[in-house]
Amino acid sequence: MDRLKMKTTFRNNWKIVLGSICLVVFTACDVLLPPSPSAAETLGEPIEGLTPAQQSNHIQGDGEFARSFGAADGLGPMFNAVSCEGCHIGDGKGHALTTLTRFGQMNGTAFDPMVAHGGPQLQNRSIAGYLPETLPAGATGVTRLLPPAVTGLGYLAAVDDETLFALADPDDHNGDGISGVPNYNEPPEFFQPLTMHKPLNGRYIGRFGRKAGAIDLLQQTAAAYRNDMGITSDFIMQDLYNVQTGSFTGDNVPDPEVSASVVRNVVFYLRTLKAPPRRNADAPDVQAGEQIFTRIGCAGCHTPTLTTGKSDIAALHQKQFHPYTDLLLHDMGAELDDKYTEGTAKTAEWRTTPLWGLGLSAQAQGGKATYLHDGRASTLPSAINAHGGEANLSRTRFQALSESEKQQLISFLQSL
Amino acid sequence: MKQSLRDRMKTQDYLIFFALLTKGAVNAVSGGFVASCIKPIIPRSPFVKGAKRTGISWVFKQLINQSLNRAILLAFFAAFAQSLLAQDKKDSAQSQMQAPRSGTTQDAVYRRPFITSFANTSLGGYAEANTNYFVQNGVTEGFSMEMRRFNIFIFSSISSRIKLLAEIEFERGVEEINLETALVDFEIDPVLTLRGGIILAPVGSFNLRHDSPLYEIVERPLVATQIIPSTLSSVGFGCYGRYFFGDFIATYDAYIINGLQEGVILNGEGRTFLQAGKVKEIFSESNNGVPALTGKVALRKRGLGEIGVSYYGGIYNRFRRDGVNTDTQRSLQIFAFDANVLLGNVLLQGEAAMNVLDVPESVGEFYGRKQWGAYLDAIVPVWTGAVLDYATATVNATVRLEHIDYNVGRFTATGDNIYDEVTAGAVGISFRPTPNTVFRLNYRQEFIQDLLGNPFVRRAGIQFGLATYF
Repeated sequence: MDRLKMKTTFRNNWKIVLGSICLVVFTACDVLLPPSPSAAETLGEPIEGLTPAQQSNHIQGDGEFARSFGAADGLGPMFNAVSCEGCHIGDGKGHALTTLTRFGQMNGTAFDPMVAHGGPQLQNRSIAGYLPETLPAGATGVTRLLPPAVTGLGYLAAVDDETLFALADPDDHNGDGISGVPNYNEPPEFFQPLTMHKPLNGRYIGRFGRKAGAIDLLQQTAAAYRNDMGITSDFIMQDLYNVQTGSFTGDNVPDPEVSASVVRNVVFYLRTLKAPPRRNADAPDVQAGEQIFTRIGCAGCHTPTLTTGKSDIAALHQKQFHPYTDLLLHDMGAELDDKYTEGTAKTAEWRTTPLWGLGLSAQAQGGKATYLHDGRASTLPSAINAHGGEANLSRTRFQALSESEKQQLISFLQSL
Repeated sequence: MKQSLRDRMKTQDYLIFFALLTKGAVNAVSGGFVASCIKPIIPRSPFVKGAKRTGISWVFKQLINQSLNRAILLAFFAAFAQSLLAQDKKDSAQSQMQAPRSGTTQDAVYRRPFITSFANTSLGGYAEANTNYFVQNGVTEGFSMEMRRFNIFIFSSISSRIKLLAEIEFERGVEEINLETALVDFEIDPVLTLRGGIILAPVGSFNLRHDSPLYEIVERPLVATQIIPSTLSSVGFGCYGRYFFGDFIATYDAYIINGLQEGVILNGEGRTFLQAGKVKEIFSESNNGVPALTGKVALRKRGLGEIGVSYYGGIYNRFRRDGVNTDTQRSLQIFAFDANVLLGNVLLQGEAAMNVLDVPESVGEFYGRKQWGAYLDAIVPVWTGAVLDYATATVNATVRLEHIDYNVGRFTATGDNIYDEVTAGAVGISFRPTPNTVFRLNYRQEFIQDLLGNPFVRRAGIQFGLATYF
């Protein structure tokens, strides 16, 4: 009887029961499904204003950026990392695990990247059955390079050379002790200059890499595929091999191992990653720290604001942004001189590192932020104290600040 | 020492015989196992070849077709089984959960429902379809439906001592088609059966007992897919057997097989990943000429549960070409422990596994030298009753907790812990109108941590699915 009653009740009310179940399920969805992290804490998002087609291209590039290569895909035979993301986890800074080593030697007044000995990059890992490189005897310049964050690169790529000329002061005419110079580099064969590029004796201004050794993102990306992962592309067809052991055996995967479109997709992805977001910009100590930053002369190299030139991506066309770099080379003194260089840079010269995203470094580095080109500094004050050369005056001024002023400056840097 | 009939005919066997003679009984398992137990005492009957879906009419038809003495003997067994049924109810978790999980893990390959096709060969299988809705850090691809598996079993009792079983898998439609199992057993004695062909490696429990309708949670345990690369099968041969004493059944398996191959490292996953070592060539030849060894010993106590320890070990790299050694031999070992126990109304089942690999120094710390993982399911029946035509439909509630670590160790450069870990939990409600069919509604949450231990990526979702034997 009871069962019959239940059946009848169910038949009469099944829509209500079903509706209630659906309501519970969909309500639960909001509670139980993980929300997006705060945009202010996230690096890996596209810039605003992309068209749907551009967003699609960005997502394609994101997939390629995350792709891990195996031996069957052409990884190696020597490599440093197995994916782009392996070095730039979460599009952020790298880690000691993926720090690159580059080497060379001074040959008179010229720098020899020791190509005949496998230079300038040391591929310290290899596929099974193949020997990785070791640092050759005679290398007088050895540097370790922490992979930088890759966010906001599209803005930097769109700054025209005229802007950099305006920032440069090779002869220190203004007497501030700072003399930024562009790094001129030999372009690769596949480089296609834009109207923004102004060559000098067949060389072009580099703006990517710790020494500004790469002219544009295509060069940077194609070189990273080949030199960091041992992946050949339509742009660089020659695979790596270990010249130190006389073993010319490659990885037995036909070249190119990725197509031009794959590389271009990654370039597009890098061009369209948003600028690192600011946090707590209105906080009083942050604003006070920003004033100190300018007052002690940090902004002389770490230029707060730049403007892009013409760009084929509307969202990047003539946009003002805040990278805290002038993209120029500066002498950083003996302490940071690794006796290694690229292009026309002197060994003590480094491209001004963009400071944007500084406060988000730790979340891509396993919770422990490290600073400077090789990650040698574990705190911001120690990084500042390592600045010499053209930054010597600013460092002295920093050291003269009161503890509260130093803390305000650090708060400002952490907000970037 | 010769075993008594009663020793040979343990609980599950009585249940099977009882099922064969009773309309509406559960879909019992293949008769191959039953036959293996009673063979020394009675002539083999086609009655136990495996097909038994059609109830009492089919049973009587078969009885008529058989000699009278066999029928009498079977009737005797049935009555005997019935008398023991009450005391042996606790023996199988399925009596509580309505899932056909009874018997030793070793039996799992044969302990599946089959339908008669013709002659000595029976056909069966299972299907699994799911709807998934997952969100990862606020991003979702929306609802997705999948026909995850459609597996076909073929069983043949070739002769009184020779059996064949094969399983053909269609995964995600026709995305993957595999011959997952194709083995031939030659029974010398219950304590020694020779087995050859494509064999399921007896590592852990899940690899042997992996049919979707057996589980209340849609996703397979991470330890069973990411640490033990289920379903791990390979070509090889060896033996297995069982020994009964008191309330216990001890089982063993020992095989040599073609081992996992080089893809376990330097693969497209960017980490040590044993699944990537399962290449199709594993069914045709070894990549290095050194067979892998795999084995398991397990102990089952009637009314309580089963524990097992298992091992897989082999050389995964191709170290020799044209007779010349070109690399050192690199070993891969899996150590696993599994258990299931029925505590009151609650079935606890789980397994833990650790992989130890010899990874070349030159590939760096991306690839773990050690990996481990574990999972635990707690399943409790929350309701049993009549629904539509099903007299003993059951609703089970399940909780699963699991964790895997792809890379155990510390970074050389910093001394910090290497992470690359996943911790997950799932809760589920499942409805079984019959033991062989399950409707599952699960909620699952995963916390994914990268190599460096950066903030978790959270992934969570709801899955609704159906899995059924046929």
